[in-house]
Amino acid sequence: MAMGLSRQSTGTGALKEIFPVQLGTDADYIIALAGNPNTGKSTVFNSLTGLNQHTGNWPGKTVACAQGKYDYKGNRYLLVDLPGTYSLLANSVEEQVARDFICFGNPHATVVVTDATCLERNLNLVLQIMEITNKVVLCVNLMDEARRKKITVDLHKLGNLLGIPVIGTAARSGEGLEELKETLRKVVSGEIKTKPRKVLYDDVLEQAVARILPLVSGLTGGRVDDKWLALRLIDDDQALLNSLKSYVHLNPADDKIFRRKLAAAQIVLGESYFDLNNLRDCIVTSIVKTAENISNEVVTCSDNSRSELDRKLDGILTSRLFGIPIMLGLLGMTFWLTIVGANIPSTILANGLFLLEEQLTFFFARLGTPPWIHGILVTGMYRTLAWVVSVMLPPMAIFFPLFTLLEDFGYLPRVAFNLDYYFKKACTHGKQALTMCMGFGCNAAGIIACRIIDSPRERLIATVTNNFVPCNGRFPTLIALAGMFLAGGANIFGSAVAAVSVMAAVVLGITTTLFVSKLLSQTVLKGLPSAFTLELPPYRKPQIGRIIVRSIFDRTLYVLGRAVAVAAPAGLVIWLMANIRVGNASILSLCAHFLNPFATALGLDGYILMAFILGFPANEIVIPVLIMSYMAKGAMLELDSLEQMRQLFLNNGWTWLTAVCMILFSLNHWPCGTTLWTIRKETQSPKWTLLSFLVPTATGIVLCFLVAQSARLLGIAGN
Amino acid sequence: MNNNLVPLSELPPGRLGIVKNLAVEGVARRRMFDLGLIHGTAVESLMKSPAGDPIAYRIRGAVIALRLEEAEKLLVEVR
Repeated sequence: MAMGLSRQSTGTGALKEIFPVQLGTDADYIIALAGNPNTGKSTVFNSLTGLNQHTGNWPGKTVACAQGKYDYKGNRYLLVDLPGTYSLLANSVEEQVARDFICFGNPHATVVVTDATCLERNLNLVLQIMEITNKVVLCVNLMDEARRKKITVDLHKLGNLLGIPVIGTAARSGEGLEELKETLRKVVSGEIKTKPRKVLYDDVLEQAVARILPLVSGLTGGRVDDKWLALRLIDDDQALLNSLKSYVHLNPADDKIFRRKLAAAQIVLGESYFDLNNLRDCIVTSIVKTAENISNEVVTCSDNSRSELDRKLDGILTSRLFGIPIMLGLLGMTFWLTIVGANIPSTILANGLFLLEEQLTFFFARLGTPPWIHGILVTGMYRTLAWVVSVMLPPMAIFFPLFTLLEDFGYLPRVAFNLDYYFKKACTHGKQALTMCMGFGCNAAGIIACRIIDSPRERLIATVTNNFVPCNGRFPTLIALAGMFLAGGANIFGSAVAAVSVMAAVVLGITTTLFVSKLLSQTVLKGLPSAFTLELPPYRKPQIGRIIVRSIFDRTLYVLGRAVAVAAPAGLVIWLMANIRVGNASILSLCAHFLNPFATALGLDGYILMAFILGFPANEIVIPVLIMSYMAKGAMLELDSLEQMRQLFLNNGWTWLTAVCMILFSLNHWPCGTTLWTIRKETQSPKWTLLSFLVPTATGIVLCFLVAQSARLLGIAGN
Repeated sequence: MNNNLVPLSELPPGRLGIVKNLAVEGVARRRMFDLGLIHGTAVESLMKSPAGDPIAYRIRGAVIALRLEEAEKLLVEVR
């Protein structure tokens, strides 16, 4: 054929730089894992690969990429978890990443994970992937949910209609995964030949494709389907043209004959479709209709009672009357259980850890080491560590599983649904409610979650304001202060008051989030809220065992590990600052005295502000640092009860106002080091990182100043 | 036959409508396509959020919440 196009060889070497897959390593086969969001794709991924995983980002993109390996019958399989997408046409970054990997990442097979309870819509993506590549295996997941809802899927017939292997799974219980592995083995080894059914378009479009087909056939060396490529070129898919250029060094537009033929085909099409927008409509319609027809043939639902139950639950949880009160009630309940439940284990842990400290002191004394070594290691580092662990671990071990329980049940999307109106009023994205919820766990995690927001403007607003909700590192501070100064007693009633106070702090945080979001969208981040759709997935029966494992390992130990890593060196610095003396005073008290006038204006004192500054690496250590600073001894004392802690604070001039202002400042001040670093990485901009630092800090200063000064003016400050 | 056409946002909860016109463009239109929302798709209005907006709909077996701004641009024939 007289064509100026030629395929240049691209070894796996070049692909290695483009895709994060370690092709050169010991894997024999590469499997891509695609699917809609909420189909349990990550559960399939986790169940297949176990702990043998590696997560990172796609090169140059803030899209997460997880890879994992598993061995089956003597071969090693590398599983690449693609971002969850609804289609491969709409050209968001996630869809581009997923499409490019299927096209140019040379997977030996692609598994599409679908939701058995919502097969029809899922088939859209399946059909699109089947257009690109032949080696597709369909995994119909959540079969257990489907059975519960009395939905039956005729997998055999589905396989025949699609021309690819279809496996039913319930990944959460491991059902069907062995069969999936076996099928994959047969597909990659060629034992099973797949013959995917291609979507048929109307005559005009099919004829246009037929004109272009000879020009593109063989171009990509079988990487992608020729007909699909022809269709994408006719549809003027710029993203695909760019990918062709960078991954296989092809630029069809360089070729004169090709350009002329393509233009001719597009003119013919234009006569029937008026413009290319209608072409896109026509393509989508054909795919959606095909999916509908297939679904009608294989899916039967004998009983609607299960989804009726979902609707009834939704009717209560999102009702005009009860929706928001129930939400606040659940939140308050979570805090109350955390406060009540954490007390006793906290004391036991503290006692145990300080008993160990005595042993350590004894050990150092026997060794005969100089006192300063004992000071740095035991009274500095170990004691700080012991504090952080005993103060943080019990509340986290209760709070995170409870939170994960709500998440697993499917409640969080309902929170977003309930609150969306207010976020819309603030000109932001509805999914900001979800990223905000993640922030309750850890603000850095909340920032990473902001990736789910497509519009850059709204993503930045969500990023800058994420710090207004208290993360897990700040909850202990809030809980301790509320318990000591606002509860008025360590009984059930007292803890209820404490829980309500913490909840009030959270509601204040949400209000500030909305207010500042609105402010931002009217000033530096001007714009209108973008279109979005929020899926409310079916409620799922929470799996208690899995929740405990996931929340303990993924969240509790992760956050604790980070806190410990920060607390040990911080303990060292604080010990040094408290023990190195300039003249008569320690460095710590000198700094505190310097900050005191400013801090007093905010209702705090110099030591409190200093504790927040020293707590920059991790908010968890603010209270321990404060206690340590108040101790004349220059090291944290053993405080075996909250009452002793309260006495210490009272001796240092605290009133209820100090507690309230410290709660306010804890809610509104600079993000911790990890969070700032994450913001810097996600936004790729020092400017937005700086703004994320300044906005909450300024809010905190203004808020504390107003509260402290008004209380003093009214004469109710208490001193 | 067209006198039965209303914006999706005005479809009463519990009622079914058939999409007859999608007056959205660009990214929003493609998002609708992703959900399988095309000419002729059956949509059931399910429930309103506490503030009355957004509203949740059943679209091809999935429950999807749409803000007023999007829902009023979809004209449906009430069934």
